Amino acid sequence: MDLTLKVWRQKNREEKGRLETYKVTGISEHASFLEMLDIMNEQLIKEGTEPVAFDHDCREGICGTCSLYINGEAHGPDRKVTTCQLHMRMFKDGETIYIEPWRSAAMPVIKDLIVDRSSFDRIQQSGGFVSVNTSGNTQDANALPIPKMNADKAFDAAACIGCGACVATCKNSSAMLFVAAKVSQFAYLPQGKVEAKQRVLNMVEQMDIEGFGNCTNTGACEVECPKSISIEYIAKMNREFLSASCSSES
Amino acid sequence: MSNGLSDSSVGRKVLMALSGFFLLFFLMQHFVINLFSVISADLFNEISHFMGTNGLIQFVLQPILIFGFLFHLAMGMYLERKNSAARPIKYAMDKPSENSNWMSRNMLITGIMVMLFLALHFYDFWFPEIKTKFIDGDWSGLHNGEFRYWEELHHKFQDIIRVSIYCVAFIFLALHLSHGFQSAFQSVGFNHNKYTPIIKKLGTLYAIIIPFGFIFIALFHYFTQN
Repeated sequence: MDLTLKVWRQKNREEKGRLETYKVTGISEHASFLEMLDIMNEQLIKEGTEPVAFDHDCREGICGTCSLYINGEAHGPDRKVTTCQLHMRMFKDGETIYIEPWRSAAMPVIKDLIVDRSSFDRIQQSGGFVSVNTSGNTQDANALPIPKMNADKAFDAAACIGCGACVATCKNSSAMLFVAAKVSQFAYLPQGKVEAKQRVLNMVEQMDIEGFGNCTNTGACEVECPKSISIEYIAKMNREFLSASCSSES
Repeated sequence: MSNGLSDSSVGRKVLMALSGFFLLFFLMQHFVINLFSVISADLFNEISHFMGTNGLIQFVLQPILIFGFLFHLAMGMYLERKNSAARPIKYAMDKPSENSNWMSRNMLITGIMVMLFLALHFYDFWFPEIKTKFIDGDWSGLHNGEFRYWEELHHKFQDIIRVSIYCVAFIFLALHLSHGFQSAFQSVGFNHNKYTPIIKKLGTLYAIIIPFGFIFIALFHYFTQN
């Protein structure tokens, strides 16, 4: 496959950035999108041009590191995949492909296609955990009876890999799907219930501080989520937040 | 360390939804009353006179309605401004239609179109009514010894330009409601495997029946006098 790539180049946080056009040739349709970028970078190095910086790590769809807004969609035109799982057979020979970083005030571009997703870390640190005494007397989690449905819902929410596709695709740059998954993951389990009220209040507050937009229920996030997290978790978070707002003592 | 309802993103969308529910209810009663203008002029006059002169409706519910509408509008504008600021640099290539529908993405546009229509609607009906009652001091509801309400309504819809504007505005209203109805339930935290699909269908029905019902009423009055 021969392709024309329009790639976002930006030296650092402060620089304005622009789209550069690169041609790549002889790409196999079986190559992954990241492999295609590797080939492009090798070509750029040979030409004496600085290679394009992009995030990647596990390359098997579980770490959430690879991002990229490809041809107008988070993680490209395929569904339920991360960019490392996207293959070139989804594109046509001769096609022009736009490759841009996630766009959000809360996730600024650091370099080229890499964005700073530490806003997600700070949201997690504000409450996305269960406090346990690790002195050696920790109760076996399996000793607590948990209804199957709750365990399943918690597990589905826990599938969130924090990639940020929800933010990138939302027209408002809202992080509600991410925060909802993290809030729900614990709210469905007895271990998480103890701190549930403070957790949802703190995580929503941190989300707002970071400058993410408001959810308008377009549902775009659940379509683009590589782990198919449903917006029913956003409703769950809304319920948790309402209940905590009305009854929390702090 | 906790947010109040009105100063958090989740709280604001809940308030947006609650004001939306209130407006949905208002719209339904407005539609039902207007429908009587097609069925019986006398009945429509009776109901209009009651609505226009009842103290509870005029001095309690009407101010609440105005507040509810202004709140919905102001909050919508405020949220749009915040949302726009959350993405200062737009994508060079974006395909939002691949993952969401037009109505859900353009609530502000459809909402503003409805608001512009309301300016005409107020000019047509509400301001003359306020003038008659509060400036002229005439609470009788009579004109030449007969109830004036049905005649006033009927007379307004003899102009094809006005009828056309009303019809177009109702289409924008339908687009606004088709997302707003089901979205309000999601915002207050109601999402259920069994009931949410029913709510979505009800929302579609509501967004068709009410606006197109209003269009039917406008066309009925136009065609029965032209």
